[in-house]
Amino acid sequence: MKYLREKIVFFIIALLSALIINFVLPRLMPGDPAERILLKMGGDIQPEAVEAMRIALGVDKETPILKQFFSYLKNTLTFNFGISYSYYPVPVKDLILDALPWTIGLVGISTLISFVLGTALGIRAGWNRNKPIDSFVTISSLIIRGFPYFWLALILLYVFGFLLNLFPLSNAYSTHEFLKGWKFFGSVIYHGFLPGLTLVLASLGTWILTMRNNMVSVLSEDFILVAEAKGLKDKDIMNKYAARNALLPSVTSFGLSLGYIVGGALLTEIVFSYPGIGYLMYKGVTSQDYPLMQAIFFIISLSVLIANFMLDFVYMFLDPRTRG
Amino acid sequence: MLLEVRNLSAGYKSQGKEIEAVKNVSFSLDENDFLGIAGESGCGKSTLLFSILRLLKRPGEIFDGEVFFKGEDILKMDEETLRKKRWKEFSLVTQSAMNALNPVYKIKDQIMDVILEHSDYTKIEALEIIERVLQMVGIQKERMDSYPHQLSGGMKQRVAIAMALVFSPSLVVMDEPTTALDVVVQRSIMEQIDEIRNTNKFSMIFVTHDISLLFEISKRIAIMYAGELVELGQTKQVYLNPLHPYTSGLINSFPKLTKETKEYKGIPGKIPDLSKPIIGCSFKERCQNRKELCNTRPEFKEVIPGRWVACHFPL
Repeated sequence: MKYLREKIVFFIIALLSALIINFVLPRLMPGDPAERILLKMGGDIQPEAVEAMRIALGVDKETPILKQFFSYLKNTLTFNFGISYSYYPVPVKDLILDALPWTIGLVGISTLISFVLGTALGIRAGWNRNKPIDSFVTISSLIIRGFPYFWLALILLYVFGFLLNLFPLSNAYSTHEFLKGWKFFGSVIYHGFLPGLTLVLASLGTWILTMRNNMVSVLSEDFILVAEAKGLKDKDIMNKYAARNALLPSVTSFGLSLGYIVGGALLTEIVFSYPGIGYLMYKGVTSQDYPLMQAIFFIISLSVLIANFMLDFVYMFLDPRTRG
Repeated sequence: MLLEVRNLSAGYKSQGKEIEAVKNVSFSLDENDFLGIAGESGCGKSTLLFSILRLLKRPGEIFDGEVFFKGEDILKMDEETLRKKRWKEFSLVTQSAMNALNPVYKIKDQIMDVILEHSDYTKIEALEIIERVLQMVGIQKERMDSYPHQLSGGMKQRVAIAMALVFSPSLVVMDEPTTALDVVVQRSIMEQIDEIRNTNKFSMIFVTHDISLLFEISKRIAIMYAGELVELGQTKQVYLNPLHPYTSGLINSFPKLTKETKEYKGIPGKIPDLSKPIIGCSFKERCQNRKELCNTRPEFKEVIPGRWVACHFPL
């Protein structure tokens, strides 16, 4: 199938480009990672120690750049990202594996809830365009969308966490008691509620408005008029004719946002001290932890590409016109 | 009498301004009739059609009038009763049938949904009906598994017509169904419709700005100008002996195949602005025979049995 072949070729080229950029960028930066690690440990630095550290990091001057590249490629593709500078000697892989489930859980579930809820509301608003329910939904979406989401996070944390003391101020689960099974699960939900709410509120307005506008433009199509002339039930016209077509552009944006889930919601995770990838990346950046940053960037690029690739598949089922 | 439209007025309301796109239109349609409605773009043809079928969308609105279909007023019927009559009793083929099909469903599914909605047929029986109607418009039955984008413009139009005929309704309304097609395809589709009308009896209202096409195919013709019907009669008689100066102007504005080529004339001026009130005859600004009396509105009346005209001084 031509469509599929094109998509696979694109996937490979994009992945390779991401890998190359990820390889080149840290090497363009000034400074020497070996010296940096040793400096952190303090004390005198002997030239032999620096040289030994360089060899350990695989950036010694004797190894040709191409050889470095291939060993980088091999390591990256086997998810061997090296050792973190700031959490020395914890392997980067372990740090990422610790943080990833939290981010995927928090941001993934929030994105899904926001998409489903926003799309459903958008369908209703678009279908009842220019009626009170539409004005209400549209205006509220515009207002919610106007809030910067880190500000929303701060307000929620301050009001519900600090003033009312209803929710915890940080972390993803209770750290001062040992919980198991459902108790642990409950604690995770309890801790994830405010950050989740922030993420849902932050993106809900956009989903609503996108879907509403898609609906309004689809509703002016001739096939809607024909569906009405056919005497189909309103429910069927709304769902099978209008929403089914209006959904297509929204699915594209949803697929893209799925890719960014892994990148985490940087500011939300920072505000709520949530131990996800976003928080880890923040720490990596502030402590100049290059292997960690490199690994996170790679994971983000990979997930965006995989999400896009999956999206192309889903789209093939949803829109017969792409099947060719 | 199948359909009777009485004093129908409809139009659009926006920002306090009211535009009357259809003014006081009355006509009737018999069983197995073929009425062509012709007029320039923007004269209110489509508004008239959608008002008759009660499909006019906001900001469009029906201001006044009655539309009796088999003795019942469509405009006063409750929505559920009307919905159940739709497509079984009267169906529609739209202007750009290219866009009349839902792009994400197969042809058969789009015909299937309307069959299942209004009848007790099983899916298997419905498939047989679909096969039959598609064959009727000259589409192979294998094509019913296609999606709309896999068909040519002409084929989509045929599918739209086939779809309109699944229940053999007594009235089929066609809004410029061939406008987007080239003349060759247009011709073959018109012949197909003619053929189907010979075997399945149904009435048809056919709206187009292509008046020469109507003179060729329709049984009766109505000429619309600035939201009003100005002339109505048997097509042949209207063509040979137009009574309204606008009709006569239209007939003189296209070349005749059978006669020698001579210079043909247009009609000077342009269609009046419908958002402003028109005093008297709407055509008077462009009419060569206008007189004092034309400042009062001419009534649309039957001058000879079956011939209606809205002019104080019919030709």
